[in-house]
Amino acid sequence: MLADAAAVTPAYKGYLEKKGFWSWALTLDHKRIGVMYLLTTLLFFLVGGLFGLLIRLELLKPVAWVFSPQTYNELFTIHGTVLIFLFIIPAIPSGLGNFFIPILIGARDVAFPRLNIMSYWIFVFGILVILGSLAHPMDTGWTFYTPYSARTDAAVTMLSLGVFMVGMSSILTGLNFIVTVHKLRAPGMGWYRMPLFIWALYATSIIQVVATPVIGMTFLLLAAERVLGIGFFDPAKGGDPILFQHFFWFYSHPVVYVMILPAMGIITEIIPTFSKKPIFGYKAIAYSSLALAFAGFLVWGHHMFTAGMSVVADILFSVLTFSVAIPTGVKVFNWIATLYKGSISLDSPMIYALTFIFLFVIGGLTGMFLGSLATDVEVHNTYFLVAHFHYTMMGGTVMGFFAGLHYWFPKMTGRMLDERLAKVAWAIILVGFNITFFTMFIAGYRGMPRRFAEYLPMYQPENVVSSIGAVILTAGIAVMFYNFVRSLFKGDPAPANPWGGRTLEWQVASPPPEHNFDTIPTITEWPYGYGKRAGGDGKP
Amino acid sequence: MNNAFNMTGAASQTAGQIDNVFIFILSIGIFFFLVTQGALIYFVIRYKKRKGDPDRETPYITESRTLERIWIIVPSILVLAIFYYGYVVFMKVKTPIQGASEVNVVASQWLWKFRYPDGRVVVNELRVPLGKPVQLTMTSTDVIHSFYVPDYRVNQDILPGRYTYLWFTPDKTGEFVVFCNQYCGVGHSEMLAKIIVMPQADYDRWLTGAPAAGGAPLAGRGEQLVKNSGCLACHSTDGTLKVGPTLKGLYGSSVALADGSAVLADDNYMKESLYEPGAKVVKGFPNVMPTFKGVLTDDDVTAVIAYIKTLGPAGHMEPDEKAETNAGTHR
Amino acid sequence: MENRKGKAEAFADPMVSYESAKLGIWVFLMTEVLLFGGLFMTYTVFRIKYPELFHQDHLKLNRTFGMVNTLVLITSSLSVAVGIAGIRRGRQALLKVCLVVTMLLGATFLTIKYFEWSDDFARGLYPRTDVFFSLYFVMVGLHGIHVFAGICVMAVMLVMAQRGAFNKAYSTPVEITGVYWHFVDLVWIYLFPMFYLIG
Repeated sequence: MLADAAAVTPAYKGYLEKKGFWSWALTLDHKRIGVMYLLTTLLFFLVGGLFGLLIRLELLKPVAWVFSPQTYNELFTIHGTVLIFLFIIPAIPSGLGNFFIPILIGARDVAFPRLNIMSYWIFVFGILVILGSLAHPMDTGWTFYTPYSARTDAAVTMLSLGVFMVGMSSILTGLNFIVTVHKLRAPGMGWYRMPLFIWALYATSIIQVVATPVIGMTFLLLAAERVLGIGFFDPAKGGDPILFQHFFWFYSHPVVYVMILPAMGIITEIIPTFSKKPIFGYKAIAYSSLALAFAGFLVWGHHMFTAGMSVVADILFSVLTFSVAIPTGVKVFNWIATLYKGSISLDSPMIYALTFIFLFVIGGLTGMFLGSLATDVEVHNTYFLVAHFHYTMMGGTVMGFFAGLHYWFPKMTGRMLDERLAKVAWAIILVGFNITFFTMFIAGYRGMPRRFAEYLPMYQPENVVSSIGAVILTAGIAVMFYNFVRSLFKGDPAPANPWGGRTLEWQVASPPPEHNFDTIPTITEWPYGYGKRAGGDGKP
Repeated sequence: MNNAFNMTGAASQTAGQIDNVFIFILSIGIFFFLVTQGALIYFVIRYKKRKGDPDRETPYITESRTLERIWIIVPSILVLAIFYYGYVVFMKVKTPIQGASEVNVVASQWLWKFRYPDGRVVVNELRVPLGKPVQLTMTSTDVIHSFYVPDYRVNQDILPGRYTYLWFTPDKTGEFVVFCNQYCGVGHSEMLAKIIVMPQADYDRWLTGAPAAGGAPLAGRGEQLVKNSGCLACHSTDGTLKVGPTLKGLYGSSVALADGSAVLADDNYMKESLYEPGAKVVKGFPNVMPTFKGVLTDDDVTAVIAYIKTLGPAGHMEPDEKAETNAGTHR
Repeated sequence: MENRKGKAEAFADPMVSYESAKLGIWVFLMTEVLLFGGLFMTYTVFRIKYPELFHQDHLKLNRTFGMVNTLVLITSSLSVAVGIAGIRRGRQALLKVCLVVTMLLGATFLTIKYFEWSDDFARGLYPRTDVFFSLYFVMVGLHGIHVFAGICVMAVMLVMAQRGAFNKAYSTPVEITGVYWHFVDLVWIYLFPMFYLIG
């Protein structure tokens, strides 16, 4: 039953009613936990982004001029480590996922609320340990390849333990979500009546629980190498540095699907809502999420084509790598088909969602050069690779995250964002992003390696342009954050359903009451029944 | 250094083929990009709801099995083609070339040592004759490095405790830059080498030629050696602190060592530092300097010392009263 | 790390609560399989690479201690199973006794391990000695940490049982603790032959 689009007075606070530090610190409310994750991850988005700006400042000139090479190496390591472990992995699942999964399936909370708050504090504790390691900053790159990482002076052991804890938080959250989706769906909500955002987070959670333990073990072993003197990864002790790479990438490849699947899930919710048309190919999108999760585990060796693996391994990993292109393509085609003959509104969530498709397709297509053996040997570890992963992770996940924030801001806060400001921010971000990162494709193709504190002067033009782009990108993000903060206090009161969506969160007030639903709804149809119905039986 | 990095600068026999694979993938990529983004932009414009209009009734289209099949099968065929083409060319790069002359490459933090078939070792410079296949047999003495020649479109990691290989046949003369392409520490971006491809006749002449020009002043020869042997990656000549101590003012000074003692930087200290760098580590600096035994002959060392003398307080030694005399530490 | 599964206010139906807890512990155990799995993979890689070393070194381990420890752990799985069967029939006293017995057996395991390792160190066998001993100490050590964590959780269960929290209708926390403990036992049943027995 769709709620009226009636405005609610700003005095209504819903789950935000209770005040006080402990009402947040020890909360069992998934919505509050989600908000805490969002604020924490957004903080580290800004921190990691700041380090990115410092990198781009240094790279304005071919020689070390602001920072020494040692400091530069620490800058890019911190940039990668902070953004990957403290922002991009947890932001959508632990942030928006925690807030919305129970509501979207018609439940009052996740399966294990106490485990949920414990996961958050483990996350925070892990962050503190990681920050502690900055006393001797890491200079290994976020990939920590041995033997260098086992021998460097930096506080690798402390960082390993911090990352282990952050990973623990990730595993427990994934576990919580899997059980929640299996056991707590409202009556009548079969698997094929779930919103596709839930399918996406379900697939993500499976990856999280299967892959994260492997990186946990890898970091434990790295710490053990340094502390106990064992040598699994050290050739001087009979070990093998490539073994480290296998373990590292066995997690770190699937983790990019942890990063992208939730973002894709957000896009899959936004497009039908703003096209007023059912999502095209519900089952195809649901299955493609699972397929991506599965295929993601088979391809880790494509990070290691030049590492010294056997040619047979190279070939196997290359052909398997192309298999991930297919489910990705299925989603892209289905989103676009949803637009066909829709009634399209270009509100800010939709603009970000469409931008996601644009930038992510570029990122994904450039992955083909890296998956193909002949061209990978050319562009591996160059700025071409850096551009590829920034297009997929920032042009993809971060844009999807921004889209989700704009979409659900009214629901979470009870206030509307300023649409004009949102669109201005978007335009600046789009321009800045492309200038910053497209030039990297060129620099990399021309041969500029990554992780270079100093470079040959012939690469300076691209680097200067890219750095200018970074400043523009930062300005756009600043405008966006200004919009968030300002709207928290001055935004128009949000109705329950500002966008006319059909998923369950739009049937409760903005912000939702602590108990989510007065009565648990009984579900009789799928959530994408927009437009003229032929038979109206609610089946996808 | 020749700028051969332009898009048509492929300088080895397989490099051009790799470029062709790149163009193949690029074409397919651009095609998909235009199709998808074109459709996206077209649909958004065509079906945009005008402000103030009531919501148009949209058709209840939920799926099409046919379309799903098409956009699974067609991309599958295309990506398999991309994989196959990439694989075929990759095999050409990875297949050992019969009759290739073998050069041993030893990568260390942060320089390259090339050992030629005739036994000589040269730092940071690889000379090869045009058109003849070369096999690089590579290992590292410390951490993982990588041999990357953009002009040859090839890249291969170098591991400690193992050998990895690279084959190429240069088909253009000139100088081509080699980068280290696997992060290896603070000197990673300084770790450059160059491949100098010469016509066969010139190469033969170089191979049999005398090492140094006879009449060059010793210090001048020393300066060349310092420039070409990778010293400047870690030592400056102007007082800047880098990975290692500066060479400026070094000769004749009193050097504080890590073990608390002090030593006079005389000729013997210099020679020992070049051949056995770990014997006397300077306080405040890491013990990471590689040895130049087998790389610099005794004559070379003399020339290097002569050059370093020109960087410091001129001429004489000033033994410091507080320093240990070197009498007991000479070999 | 603790593996307590809290009772959720989200559940109106106790059956759903029970089934969720069961699903939760099995998912958690799957993560443990992957945690140890990486180490098992490392063992396999190095065993194939250094068969002679593995053969020589495995003879240096103390099989008696290993065998006794295996029996201790298997018995402890039996004791916790008896306790759970008991509480399902409402026998609170039996549960408490079995929890204590299991904890004691777990502590015995760790104590024997302490003596065994002291003896190993005295003979100059350390994690850094070679790849075999690195694997041995790391894998058995990680297992030991899990035994210790299990004992801690059981202590909490004992306190809850003392307060009368468990009865015929509700024993979910004990049951999932039991599943965890069986898993820890199972890992040892792999580790023991892998290190002590196979030549």
